[in-house]
Amino acid sequence: MATLREVKKRIKSVVSTRRITSAMEMVAASKLRRAQQKIEQTRPYSQKMDEMLQHLAAGSSGDISHPYFEQRDIKKKTLVLVTSDRGLCGSFNSNVIRRAVNWLREEGLPEVEIVTVGKKGNDLLKSRQWEIINDYSDWGGQLVYGKVRDLVDFLTQRFVSGETDSIHMIYTQFISTVKYKIVVEPYLPLTRPESGEAAGIRSQYIFEPTPESIYESLMPGYALTKMVTVLVDSFAAEHGSRMIAMGNATSNAGEMVDDLTLLYNKTRQAQITKELLEVISGADALK
Amino acid sequence: MFQLSIVTPEKVVFEGQVVSLLVPGMEGYLGVLSNHAPLITALQPGRIEFQDDQDKIQIFSVSGGFVEVSGNKATLLADTAEHCEEIDIDRAQTALERALKSLQDKEKAGEVSTPEAKEAARRAANRVRIYKETH
Repeated sequence: MATLREVKKRIKSVVSTRRITSAMEMVAASKLRRAQQKIEQTRPYSQKMDEMLQHLAAGSSGDISHPYFEQRDIKKKTLVLVTSDRGLCGSFNSNVIRRAVNWLREEGLPEVEIVTVGKKGNDLLKSRQWEIINDYSDWGGQLVYGKVRDLVDFLTQRFVSGETDSIHMIYTQFISTVKYKIVVEPYLPLTRPESGEAAGIRSQYIFEPTPESIYESLMPGYALTKMVTVLVDSFAAEHGSRMIAMGNATSNAGEMVDDLTLLYNKTRQAQITKELLEVISGADALK
Repeated sequence: MFQLSIVTPEKVVFEGQVVSLLVPGMEGYLGVLSNHAPLITALQPGRIEFQDDQDKIQIFSVSGGFVEVSGNKATLLADTAEHCEEIDIDRAQTALERALKSLQDKEKAGEVSTPEAKEAARRAANRVRIYKETH
C-alpha cells in the first residue's frame, strides 16, 4: 500500500493539473465563441459572392473562361492539410491527419505534394515519404488575413503556372460544438458556376466595364473567400475540440481526486489502527 | 426604395432600405435608384453615398469591390468599407505617408513602383479625403 505522503503528493499534483485543464477549457470556450462569431460574420460575404458569380455566369453571353476553371489532365496533385498549431485538443489533429494519409495512399505516389497549414500537420508528416512544399503555421488560433492571402497567392500561382493540376483541401468542418466533420474538398480548379437557365435567371445585365474584366478581378477574391471559410471552420472546430478534451480531462481529474482521497483516508485509518494496536499490545506486555 | 446590403469579408456593414445610392464604379461614379436595370460592376476606391429610409445621407469609404443590382436589390461586396464617422484618421494618415514615401523611394532609386504600392496609396488617400470631406 502506498504511503500517506505519496498519496498526498499525488492528490496535490492531480489537483493542480485539474486547475490547468479547467483554465484551458474556459479559454478554449471563449475562443470558440469568437470563432463561431467569425463564421457568422464571414458567411454573408461568401454567400453573396456565390450569388454574384452565378448571376455573372448567367447574365453574360457565352462561356467565360478564367485560368482558375481550367480542367487539365492530372499529372500532379496538391493537398492542403489544415491542422492546428497547438495540441491538447483531443483527436482533432490525428483525425485529420489519418484521413489525409488515407487519401494520399489512395492517390498514390509520387505525384502528390503537400502544403500544411498548422504546425501539427507539418510535424507529423515531415518524416513521411511525401514532399511538403510549403508550410503556413503560427496562426495563434485565429484568422490572419495577410497570411491567408499569402497562402492563396501561393496556391493559385502554382495552379495557374501549371506546376500542379489540381488542389484539394482536407480540413475539419464545424457543424456544432459537439459535431465536426472531416472534409476532402477540391479547391482548384474551381467548379464552374451554373450558368444560364439552370440558375433560373436570364436577365440581360449591364457590365461595367466587361464581364471578362469583372471575372478577372472577382476570381482572386472568390478564391480567397473560399479559403477563409475553410479556415474559420477549422479554427472553430479546433477550439471546440480543445474545449471538450479539456472538459473531459477536468472531470477525469476530479474523479481521480475522489479516488485518491478515498485511498488517502483508508491508508490513514489503517495507520491509526496499526498504531493503536501497537500501543495496546505494548501496554499489555507491561502488565 | 430598394434593398441595399453592404458586406465585407469581416462583417455586414449595412443592410436596409435606401432611396438612392451612389457608388464609384470602374468607369466613374454611378447612381442607382429603385427599379434600376440589372448591373454588375467592379468598384474603385472612393465614396459610397446613399439616402436611407429616414432620408438621412450616409457616407462610407470603400477601397474596392463589386456591386450587383438586380430585381430592386443592390448587393455591394466591398473589400473594406467604413462609415465616415468610423474612419481612423490617424491610421489612415500614417498609412498614406508610408505609401507615398515608399513610392518616392522607389522613384528616387529609379525603380518602377508596383501596382500594389500605387493601389495602397490610392486607398489611403481615399480614406483621408473622405474623412476631410465629412468633418
